[in-house]
Amino acid sequence: MSSSKNEGAFKTLFVAILLCVVCSVLVSTAAVRLKSLQENNKRLDIQKNILLAAGLLPKGKVAKEDIAKIFEKIETYLIDLATGEPISPPNGPEVETYDAQKAAKDPSLAHAIAPENDLAKIRTRAKLGKVYLVRTPDGGIDALILPIHGKGLWSTLYGFLALERDARTVLGIGFYQHGETPGLGGEVDNPSWKASWRGKKLTIEDERPPLKVLKGSVDPNSPEALSQIDGLSGATITARGVEYLISYWLGNDGYGKFLKTYREQLSQNEEVDNKEVDNEEANREHEEVDYEH
Amino acid sequence: MSIKKTLFNPLFENNPIALQILGICSALAVTTKMEAVLVMCVAVIFVMALSNFSVSLIRHHIPNSIRIIVEMTIIASLVIVTDQLLKAFVYDVAKSMTVYVSLIITNCIVMGRAEAYAMKNGPFMSLLDGIGNGLGYSIVLIFVGLFRELLGSGKIMGLTILPLTREGGWYEANGMMLLSPSAFFLIGLFIWGLRAWKKNQVEEEN
Repeated sequence: MSSSKNEGAFKTLFVAILLCVVCSVLVSTAAVRLKSLQENNKRLDIQKNILLAAGLLPKGKVAKEDIAKIFEKIETYLIDLATGEPISPPNGPEVETYDAQKAAKDPSLAHAIAPENDLAKIRTRAKLGKVYLVRTPDGGIDALILPIHGKGLWSTLYGFLALERDARTVLGIGFYQHGETPGLGGEVDNPSWKASWRGKKLTIEDERPPLKVLKGSVDPNSPEALSQIDGLSGATITARGVEYLISYWLGNDGYGKFLKTYREQLSQNEEVDNKEVDNEEANREHEEVDYEH
Repeated sequence: MSIKKTLFNPLFENNPIALQILGICSALAVTTKMEAVLVMCVAVIFVMALSNFSVSLIRHHIPNSIRIIVEMTIIASLVIVTDQLLKAFVYDVAKSMTVYVSLIITNCIVMGRAEAYAMKNGPFMSLLDGIGNGLGYSIVLIFVGLFRELLGSGKIMGLTILPLTREGGWYEANGMMLLSPSAFFLIGLFIWGLRAWKKNQVEEEN
């Protein structure tokens, strides 16, 4: 054991300080050196989960480069959730570096959710939310992916909900982070349960929740079966949490205003598309008339 | 003690979990999947070997009054570095292990070996002792993880061994195996088996 020469106040202080310096250099070197790798991993992980929710990822192991490549056809926008309007620099932050989870904790960037609206039990949310749009090769919109989160039984579940072009049909769902009981609430990760979401229709016309997660299984003969999801056996609270967090994020306090504007624009565009065909014919006649003048 | 004994005695003769009953907490937390188990084992062996080595290296200069804090600081620094490395190179596994990598700091085996062995022995033997005890810890974790993943989700290392009924197979998964208490039962069975084999480990009755 250490001899008595080590016991003086000076020696004790000296050893303590030297040790702290050595250890802090070691820790900070590791942290600084590995930061870019870690951030890259984190970004890839989010991209992977977005693609998974939208069903764009091929089965099996996918190389990092492939994820980044598939992700190229996805565009990210920041939406001011209070108005539903997109926002971009110089009026807002850069979309690449914006972190909605961090912003939710910053009082100047967060919106306190009124307790009666707080279905997801998250208390605050970022004022700006991200929306991911999947583009078709000709520039149209193929799907929308919304980040969602809210409380389950033990933990906050973080995930993505993918909607089809009409913003009324579910394309997929996935949670990339949660701490629910494996085998019970953890079954939110079960592929066959997630697959049962596909094709479900959101009820958006009235005050009902857009999708209902039942206790037990859906009766296929029920008129509402298209907006209902099978429950998770032994995980009533987690399943209810999922229903509530979806109600919150699709509701007016979440992405509701954005989705409403989007759906209106979509139906207008379709009308315009139909009219354009008529107009073209009309224009041709008009041109001919012009020539004669 | 010889090199061989220092390295391999902690496996069965003097297992840190089975005989000393230390470090149980992480044996419960990270053993639902073999992949996480293996990463945890490597991390613990790495931390224990280097902490033992470093403590032993400066053991003649550590003032007795701040001995424990010095050991703790070294262990904590090594654990943070390990955590950073895992997040940089095996992100998926590191994510699934959440706080349990950082909790290696509180693993009694690491602290116990630094205090009981490295403070009294040379750096090389301390390094071996760290690796040996890390292996002893690993063997129990692998045993527990193997059964929990196989019986709880019908897989080993993510490969399906027993096809589950909910995926169209015949095996009905044992949900309890995925919950922490099952690790207690498995560690109990391990200790039972070990003491039936090595009778000298059985404690004397009063």
